Parts: sequence; structure tokens; C-alpha cells
Amino acid sequence: MKVVVVGAGIVGAACAFHAAAAGLDVTVLDRGPVGAGTTSRGEGNILLSDKEPGPELELARLSRDLWDEAGEELGAEAVEFEAKGGLVVASTPDALTALHAFAARQAAAGVRTEPVERVRDLEPHAAPGLPGGVHYPQDAQVQPVLAAAGLLRAAVRRGARTRTGEAAAAVTGADGRITGVRTADGTVLPADAVVNAAGTWGGEVGRRLGVPVEILPRRGFVLVTEPLPPMIRHKVYSADYVANVASSDEGLETSCVVEGTRAGTILIGASRERVGFDTAMNPAVVTALAAQACRLFPFLRGVHLIRAYRGFRPYCPDHLPVIGPDPRVPGVVHACGHEGAGIGLAPGTGALVTAHLLGRPWRGADPAAHTGLLPDRFLTPGGVPK
Amino acid sequence: MSEPRDPVMASGPHGPVTTSEPRDLVVVGAGPAGMAAAATALDGGLRVVLVDSGAAPGGQFWRHPPLHAQGTLPTAGLHHGLRTYRALRATLSAHRRTGRLTLLLNHHVWTTAREDDGFTVHAVDRTRAPEERPVVLRAPALLVATGAYDRQLPFPGWDLPGVLTAGGLQSLLKGGGVVTGRRVVLGGTGPFLLPVAAALAARGAEVVAVCEAAAPSAWLRHPVPLLRNPAKWAEAARYGGTLARHRVPVRTRTAIVGAEGEQGRVAVVRTASLDVDGSPLPGTERRIEADTVGVGWGFVPQLDLLLPLGCDLADAGDGTMATAVDDGQRTTVPGLYTAGETCGVGGAALAVSEGRVAAVSVLTDLSAPGLPNARRLAAERAAVARHRAFARAMAQAHPLPPAWPAWLTDDTPVCRCEEVTAGAVRSAHADDAASDHRQVKQLTRAGMGWCQGRMCGPAVHCLVSARDQPYVPAERLIATPVTLGALADSGETTSDHT
Repeated sequence: MKVVVVGAGIVGAACAFHAAAAGLDVTVLDRGPVGAGTTSRGEGNILLSDKEPGPELELARLSRDLWDEAGEELGAEAVEFEAKGGLVVASTPDALTALHAFAARQAAAGVRTEPVERVRDLEPHAAPGLPGGVHYPQDAQVQPVLAAAGLLRAAVRRGARTRTGEAAAAVTGADGRITGVRTADGTVLPADAVVNAAGTWGGEVGRRLGVPVEILPRRGFVLVTEPLPPMIRHKVYSADYVANVASSDEGLETSCVVEGTRAGTILIGASRERVGFDTAMNPAVVTALAAQACRLFPFLRGVHLIRAYRGFRPYCPDHLPVIGPDPRVPGVVHACGHEGAGIGLAPGTGALVTAHLLGRPWRGADPAAHTGLLPDRFLTPGGVPK
Repeated sequence: MSEPRDPVMASGPHGPVTTSEPRDLVVVGAGPAGMAAAATALDGGLRVVLVDSGAAPGGQFWRHPPLHAQGTLPTAGLHHGLRTYRALRATLSAHRRTGRLTLLLNHHVWTTAREDDGFTVHAVDRTRAPEERPVVLRAPALLVATGAYDRQLPFPGWDLPGVLTAGGLQSLLKGGGVVTGRRVVLGGTGPFLLPVAAALAARGAEVVAVCEAAAPSAWLRHPVPLLRNPAKWAEAARYGGTLARHRVPVRTRTAIVGAEGEQGRVAVVRTASLDVDGSPLPGTERRIEADTVGVGWGFVPQLDLLLPLGCDLADAGDGTMATAVDDGQRTTVPGLYTAGETCGVGGAALAVSEGRVAAVSVLTDLSAPGLPNARRLAAERAAVARHRAFARAMAQAHPLPPAWPAWLTDDTPVCRCEEVTAGAVRSAHADDAASDHRQVKQLTRAGMGWCQGRMCGPAVHCLVSARDQPYVPAERLIATPVTLGALADSGETTSDHT
């Protein structure tokens, strides 16, 4: 089976990695180099801690196991994979109560959670007086571009090809099935299946392939400090948003995650703004993130910010990724809309896409277990967008 | 002769006194372009804020010691165009007395943003460093005159203590009267090496050699722009005279291809004659004892504040990109102007003319009453055209030697902040098909450290990109390191500072 994967970001690379491992004939098509889009604009989060029980958490749990496997093959050092664990801290007793209730539901869904009474036992430099938190030992981190490059290289070792170019249109046979992808320069790549792993541009690629899906960009800034000796051991973030999760997503927009990296820098992420593809700098977001980070770790007040970057996280209207075959054009499989969780969900997505292509479970991914992510949820039974 | 003490220009012990009155124009950078632009805009009736990170106005070209030290550190003999400098300072002082100019020295701008019908400029005041006081300025028009910085090409040993940039040697001299080193070798390319050599020699350093990579005949290929700029000939002749007096040898078609250390400091410089494409010619290598090395391969426009605002760039013709401007120094972003090296490196006289032209555009666009007469404006525009043509000719006469990567060994550090070697950059190119410095950064960390690729960016670009592609600097949303505490406090600064 010939598969064209559109997108060489972390998700496309993971799809190629798994599909090539399953013996499929894979070509990865991207207009730019590996991991140059949203992949390079995040912190490299592999999180279970921020996910509510539901279809995304199920995929995240599978993906977490597959990250361990991928880390073994690629070399944990080479992709800066670090199972450092997450620490969610509450700043008020009420928030702590809400956090514990949230963690109990996650634990029931299979997430490892450990209540923390004294935050400074785990994070000696955290602000004094924090009432407590929850430790999530499965949370991990990876350097996303190195990981995407590593996955793609491993796919190439198994026979996959990479190609620079832009997907322009689907080529279909008399029965409406995909037979190839036409690129912007007019070349037709023969294909029995096309994977839309174009991330934030997945909506546009879907339109070109005749299977429009609504993927919207959400702008996020990440701050990077000067390199320091290790000061922060976990991914640390405030639980303030947890109380808001149930009612609305708006509360997520200014919650910050603080963590150290192998290189010694501290990453502070991430904001979420709905401003389309506007690349403008927003100093108010940067100062708000700085203020939140300093409240969690007061020592940061004297630490220099040396860099900030921003990217566009791809999200679907219901904030779940869209993964699976599109009934409107047989042969097209979507794998996009991961919002801020694309790095963590990538191997699970790659395995699930491969399972859909094979028509049978692959590496623990069973299509029958992840129906909540299918594009069908946006379509009426006749295939018309709702 | 030292600069007369000018109390009006001093920022004083308690920081600048500013008002919360509305301003028409913020000028970032008080070098030749920024000073000239501010002066013209003020003469035309605008209220102006002039912001600079330095302790005295003048920028790099007219860098001076801090005001309190100017009496004891005579630097007038190191400068050119001082008459223009003094006239601009006098104009600025007069406008500062009337309160229409707010001069903010020791202010480091970390970002700018478009807002409503104008711009916000976010700075920290480091007058009482290490304290950082956040400052937010707003104005309908913004003029960025942030100049340029030395372009560096790595070579084995370039990370040894004692190896500096040519511009660094010059600013130590101009800003602090410091003659760095006793036996100095200068290398690189471009007319800037000569004034540095002359100034060091005049202040008592032994300049053992000036290694100019270009051929001496290169200037003669562009006779027209040279002939139309007689002042440049006179300047070159003056440097030539100084160098001859101090017996400083200028070796053309020669480059510093390595440096070796002893006791943790540079001790020996290796030079070689260059082939037409820049490869070292076998058998021409010389070893020269030296305690200080100054290297400069021209300059890179400092575009950190301009790029995030979204203005278009244009090929500057010297291997770098610069800001695209119309004949009035307007960028492609309405209300945003730029002048001087940010439009392509061309020297102080060009920067002054561009600053004046830019200010006239601001006056015109804001419908200010005080436009200069048409003849003066036409003369400035003609000066800009003449100096630009000269700068282009200089750039063509002093290209980067195409084969310079041949000097590097695989273990030569290219990114010094993150200790990334030439070998690592080359394998990112070969194994992962990285073809720009941004991709190399993601894969190797080159350019992710303290300098954010300002030093290594052009070199990494040359190592992995197609030969004829000019260097496009990385977008840096944070233009200068700033503490998170100052940022946190800045978020609470809701209005203009007072």
C-alpha cells in the first residue's frame, strides 16, 4: 500500500514511523524542512496531567507508552527525552480541593497521580505557602524537532521517502477513491491513501483534498530564560485552570507551565489567543506569563528572559484532534487538530493512523477504541458537514 | 580636545525627567541616524522621545565615554565628522531645554508593538543597574535607527581570549580610552579595518599586520561611485598616512586562518594568502606573534526591533538583508521608519542624511508645519543616493571569500554560546537536510544561547545555505535580555511612565 503523508511535523513523522514499521510504502511530503511548523514552537510536552478523562486522555495514555518505545529506538539522549514528571500546584485551598477531585477522576481513568502536601519537597525553589498539589510521574518532555527528525530518520531507514513540495489536490479514480496526490509543481505522487498531518494547515490541506475539516489556529507564546544550573525539576504549573476546565476553555488561556531543560534554560509557556494567523508580538502576553512564573518561582524575578517564540496551535471546534478516515473521499485519513498536545499525542496518532490504514489494531492502537476522534463527528450521516 | 561638559544631555542621578505629555515620534537609537532624525523632527515642530542603551548619545560611530568621564578621557582625536556631531548635540540640547525632546539614555528597548494607530515601545531603564525599571512609550510614529554590528566568521582559535571583533576594539578605545593589547593583528575585510588600525597605532599599540581578504584592485572596478565621493578618498588617504607613519603593513588577499593560545590567551596568529575564491594558498602560511586579534567581516544590520513588526526586507548586496524602504525611509509598515545601517551598511554620513530624510517623511505624514525647504530635501536625497552607490561599490569590492569554510576544522566552534562545532552544523546539513540557520538551530542548538545567533547566525547561514542567498536574521521577539521581574512589573505599568 502506497501512503503519502502530508506534513513533516511531529505528527507526520510519527505516522511515517509507524506506517513504515508496518511495511507500508511511505512518502512524506512537506513544503519545508522537518518540524519547521508548530512542532518547533512548543515546549515538547508529553502530558497526562492536563487531560480530562475522555477520548484525548485514552490516546494520551497509549501515546505515553509508545513514547517510551520510540525513546528506546531513537535514544533518549538524542531526542532529549526526559520522564521528569509533572507537578500541578494549587495556590488556594479551594483550588486544591478542585485539583484533588480532578486527579481522582484521572486516576480512575488509569493515570498515576500522587498527592503532594509539601510542594517544596519536590520543588525546593517554589514559592512558600503553596497549600499543596498533585504529582503526575508519567508526564515527560522531549525536544520536539530532534524527536521529529529522529522519527523521520527511523522511517527512512525502513524505506520511507521524503519529498519537498506542497499538496495541491487529490487524484481520485472512477470509484472516488484516492489514487494519488497532485503537488503544486504538477507532479502526481501515486497513493492508495493520503494522511493529512499538516497541523495548523490541516484545514487548508483538507480543502485541497476535497475533505474540508475545520482546523483553527490558536496563537501561543513561550518564553526562554538564560541558562541556569538545575533549579526546577518537574513540569510545574498552577491548578487554577482546573476549576475552569469544566465550565469553559477560556481559563486555560493564561495558565503558565514552568520547567527546566537539559540545556539549562527554563521554559515558560504558554498563552493561547484566538487571533487567526496574526504573527504580531503581544507584550501583554509576555508580561502576564512572566508575572505568573514569578509567582510560582520567586527566584525567577532576577533571571533574564533571552528569547520568546510563538506558534499557532491547530484546534478543532471541540478541542479534540481529528484522527481517522474521511468518508467523503475514501483513502484520506486525517491526523491533525492536536492543539497544544501534538508532541505528546504523536506516537499514539501515528499508531492509530497506521491501524486505520491496515484495518486492524497496530501497536496497541485499536480503531474501535478511539471512535470519538473520527471525523464523522463533524459530518451528518450523508457526509455533509454539520 | 575633550567634549565640553553638557549638563543638558546628562540623565542625572535620579533617572531622566520625563513628562506624560503625548509624543509624536519615538526614535530608537541615538547614533548618527537617530540623532539627525530627532533633530530634524524637533526642528519641524514634533515632540520626540530619543531612546538609547548607551550612557551618552553618539551610537557606535560617535561613541563617547560616559559623561562624567569625558573630561579625563580625551577621545576627540579618534572621531570623524565631529562638527556634525556637535551641531546635532547642540540642536538636541536646545530642544531638551524647551521640553519637546525627551532623551532616555541607558534605556534598553526589549520589544515594540503596533497598537491602535501607533506603536508601543517597551524598554527597561538601567540607569541604576542592576535595577531595571520598566518604561512603556507610545507614539503614532516610530523610527528605528539601531545600526549594525560586526559580522564574524569563525576560524580555529577564534574563541580564545584576546580575539575580539574589530568593532569591539574600536568601542573600547572610543568609549573608555582603552588600547587593547600591545601586539595586535587585524583581519577580515572592508574599509573599517583601516580606521581601527590607525586609531590603535596612534594610541601606541603595535599593529603587526592588517590582513585584508580583498584584492587591492577591487575598488578600481567601481570607479564612478568612488570618484563621486571625494571625501571618502581623503579619509582613506588620512588612514593610509597614519598607517605609513607607524609602519603598519597592510596585506591584501590575506586572511587570518587560525589562532593559537598560550596560557589561556591568544599568542600566535596564522595568516595565509588567499586564492581567488578565498582558499588559503598552500605554502603561504605565516605565524605571527600577537596578544590581541581584531576581526571584522563587515557588518550585519541590527533588525531585531524591525522584523517582529512585519516590515519587508531587501537584499543589501553585501550578503545580508536590510529593511526595505521607499525614498523617504518609510518601511512597508505604515508609521514605521528606519534610517542608517538598518537599511544596509553604509557609514555615518549616509546615516545622517537618511535620518534627516526619514524625519521629513514623518513631518509630512503627520502633517507637521515645519517642513524644510524642497532644495534642502533634494540635496539630502542626492547625498543618500551618492553614499548608497558608494556603499554598494564597497560591498562588491569586499565580499566574503566564498571558500572561507575551508579554514574550519570539524571541531572549530561555530556557536560559542552553546559550543556547537562546524562538524555538528555540517552534519545537520548533510543528515537532516537543514538548509537554513533556523533549522540548524532546532537540530543543534547553534544560536540558542545568550547571543541568540547574533554572532554565529551569518556563519551558520553561509555553511548551509545556497551561496547567493543573503542572510536573513532570525526573528528575535526579545531584542535584549531583560529580567522576568522587570517584565512582571511592566505588566502592571498600565499607562505611560512619568
